[in-house]
Amino acid sequence: RKNVEDFTGPRERSDLGFVTFDITADILNGKNSIFDWNVKQLFLYLSAEYSTKNNALNQVVLWDKIMLRGDNPRLSLKDMKSKYFFFDDGNGLKGNRNITLTLSWNVVPNAGILPLVTGSGHVSVPFPDTYETTKSY
Amino acid sequence: RVCPVRGAAATRGRARPDMDLFGDLRRMNKRQLYYQVLNFAMIVSSALMIWKGLIVITGSESPIVVVLSGSMEPAFHRGDLLFLTNFHDDPIRAGEIVVFKVEGRDIPIVHRVIKVHEKGNGNIKFLTKGDNNEVDDRGLYKEGQNWLEKKDVVGRARGFLPYVGMVTIIMNDYPKFKYALLAVMGAYVLLKRES
Repeated sequence: RKNVEDFTGPRERSDLGFVTFDITADILNGKNSIFDWNVKQLFLYLSAEYSTKNNALNQVVLWDKIMLRGDNPRLSLKDMKSKYFFFDDGNGLKGNRNITLTLSWNVVPNAGILPLVTGSGHVSVPFPDTYETTKSY
Repeated sequence: RVCPVRGAAATRGRARPDMDLFGDLRRMNKRQLYYQVLNFAMIVSSALMIWKGLIVITGSESPIVVVLSGSMEPAFHRGDLLFLTNFHDDPIRAGEIVVFKVEGRDIPIVHRVIKVHEKGNGNIKFLTKGDNNEVDDRGLYKEGQNWLEKKDVVGRARGFLPYVGMVTIIMNDYPKFKYALLAVMGAYVLLKRES
């Protein structure tokens, strides 16, 4: 984790977090599959949720993937780096013990309701108390 | 001298089918015209009432919107129709598809929320990005604006129908089509006779 000028937008020094993760997911096939006749695609995303002194609730999407009906329903991703920069709004990542990573998905039908589902499993990740200075990412 | 025109017209049979249209026009008197116009006005008023009702029920100023760009493909394509709600107590959360307006611009944009920072007092600021775009929407916001707020939100996408909105896009891009459609509708309503 580093403290850098948030170059994606606000020009203030904010905490930038680096997270590596594995994802194994098995979208059921067959009779009870989430991919029924009316499901066009799933939009999966991994989000980090945490609290800081500045903000009571923070959510940052670290990674996302579009899975179309017919794509391989098994996900076995290892050592993934986040797709998007994990900038905090401020310096709330340093020493933050409780960052919760959850996998959720948006079901996109051929026509009809657009539900947002959150996976029941989640992982808690703590950030160290000091900044990294030399690590290459 | 009173000429019983009405009676004569009733007993005269329909002479030739292709002359019927002009026959109708000639025979239609003012009262029938007013009746048709009122009928038409009633249909328009009902439609407006249903639209206002939807605005009240959903809490959104524009409960049905048409997707204009391909920035949310492959989920939504240009011409798809989206149904929105905008309940005051609904929190804005990462992953949700929101329709928002940039200050000073009329055109609503449909994208996904990718970052949320909410304070204890309920103040929310969030960032959006189109699924099909490489970068987030900061380039689309106002000069110097880095976040969106609740007031910029028109609604949250809750449901959708493909292709149906294409009619609106065609009418926008080809105004002649819009006028032709209106002319046909007007002619139909005014000339339609209830037997």
